[in-house]
Amino acid sequence: MDLKKRVEQCLGPENLVVAMAECQGDLSVEVPKSSILDVMHLLRDTPGLGFNFLSDVFGVDNLDFNKSKKKPKEKTEEGEGVEEITTKESLPPRFEVVYLLLCLERNERLQVKVRVAEDDMEVDSLYSIWKAADWPEREAFDMYGIRFKGHPNLKRLLMWDDFPAYPLRKDYPLEGQGEERHLIYDD
Amino acid sequence: MNQNLTPQTGHGTGDYVTVNIGPSHPAMHGTLRVIALTDGESLIKAEPEIGYLHRGVEKLGENLSYHQFIPITDRLNYCSAIPNNVSYEMAVEKLMGLEVPEKAQLIRVIMMELARIADHQVCVGILGVDLGAFTPFFYLIIQREEIYEIFEWFNGARLTNTFGRIGGVDADLPDDFEERWNELKPNVRKANEETEKLLTHNRIWMDRTIGVSAFSAEDALNWGFTGPCLRACGVKRDLRKDEPYCMYDKFDFEVPVGKNGDVFDRYIVRMIEMEQSIKIIDQAYKLYKEMPADAPLMARVPKVIKPPAGEVYSALESPNGELGFFIKSDGSANPYRIRIRPPCYMIYQAFPELVKGELIADLVACLSSLNVIAGELDR
Repeated sequence: MDLKKRVEQCLGPENLVVAMAECQGDLSVEVPKSSILDVMHLLRDTPGLGFNFLSDVFGVDNLDFNKSKKKPKEKTEEGEGVEEITTKESLPPRFEVVYLLLCLERNERLQVKVRVAEDDMEVDSLYSIWKAADWPEREAFDMYGIRFKGHPNLKRLLMWDDFPAYPLRKDYPLEGQGEERHLIYDD
Repeated sequence: MNQNLTPQTGHGTGDYVTVNIGPSHPAMHGTLRVIALTDGESLIKAEPEIGYLHRGVEKLGENLSYHQFIPITDRLNYCSAIPNNVSYEMAVEKLMGLEVPEKAQLIRVIMMELARIADHQVCVGILGVDLGAFTPFFYLIIQREEIYEIFEWFNGARLTNTFGRIGGVDADLPDDFEERWNELKPNVRKANEETEKLLTHNRIWMDRTIGVSAFSAEDALNWGFTGPCLRACGVKRDLRKDEPYCMYDKFDFEVPVGKNGDVFDRYIVRMIEMEQSIKIIDQAYKLYKEMPADAPLMARVPKVIKPPAGEVYSALESPNGELGFFIKSDGSANPYRIRIRPPCYMIYQAFPELVKGELIADLVACLSSLNVIAGELDR
């Protein structure tokens, strides 16, 4: 049986599948944010799936993606304000966290995704299941501001501790915003 | 004498001293920094602090076109740039659904395996230097230089090769490759032999490496280890065998595994892998020679690359382990999101576990044996 059916069979009965997509043979499954720990336990422990290796965790900012998809076709001077409100409501949550899983026995890969809205940036940490989630989750926090509940040491990883912004967000400019340097060489 | 200047020795008295090592320190490779809490000579805790070489590669990638990002990937693992290039190219090819011609795949294999030898040579050489064995470093580094000569003669750069293009490779192997390779091969083998003679059964080497920072297979998998560090723990996992790409399934080679996952096993695994890489190059070149001279090197690729919207993850076995690229495309000429999964990033995060209870001198040995490359770690 192919992977898509097996994943559906495992997660479907508990209503844990929001969406499924396949791109060039890569299967990705979107799950509700609140039940990510349950999903991971199921995917790891169900015989026939056995995704026992966490390859990577990272965030994606869908700000521009949502925009380009929902671009209003006709731009009228008065109608613009109204248009924006309606599109904003129908947009999917801005951020997503992607987990890359791997089954070592059968060499199958699966992408698991959760959507994270801007007003509720908290996801359960996977540190309790895989220690491999340690730094990637810290990096996702560092770069996007997504907080991972239950992570033992959630602080910035690549940027310095008092860096004021989240640099991989789409609204952060490439050249930076003139943040102060990490080291101030006073004499 | 000033009381503050007398050396503080703990040794069980509970007088802990915090030692800051790096980010610019001869024993640290690149800009790594470890903050160690020590009790005399032994480590209570060692916390790595990273990000000193963070250049925002992922952010840069979102603002460049697909072709322009290839030179940026050189700067990830600068000891072996070619697997980085190929891994990225493979990810874009997967996204576009391109089929790379076999001849181009063979050239990629030959170059990637040369890069693997060069990378392992540096790793083993530096490991020796850090443990006080200076001579093998010279044997190995001379041969690495010869490999770099081949790279230079192939595409004009030693370190930052920018090898290949999306959809294939830009140039064929020059005619005298066989000659140069046959000249190089015995020298590489001899250097490895000399290194093994000097190190493997050396009493000091064995004392300094066997049992140092040993790691169980279970822990290694839990922490996301891949590559030689995982194989040293006894897990037979190699993407070249398990998820074959670039015709690796046609080559006959062994995947060495260790037992204890200590520094010694990592060293031995790397030594054997070099020999296996030589075998792979020989076989790949044999297959390459059977190809017609005018076989295509590039798939049909449009000038401006605009892959269809979608997201893929593609990984290959780089010298350090699984190097993967996740690319999300929105159908435009720039990637929407590039995520790099560097192998040593996952390995280095277990560093506090690896060195817990070891001596400070073993911290250095452990760090060298992991082959942490700052460019790849911080991106």
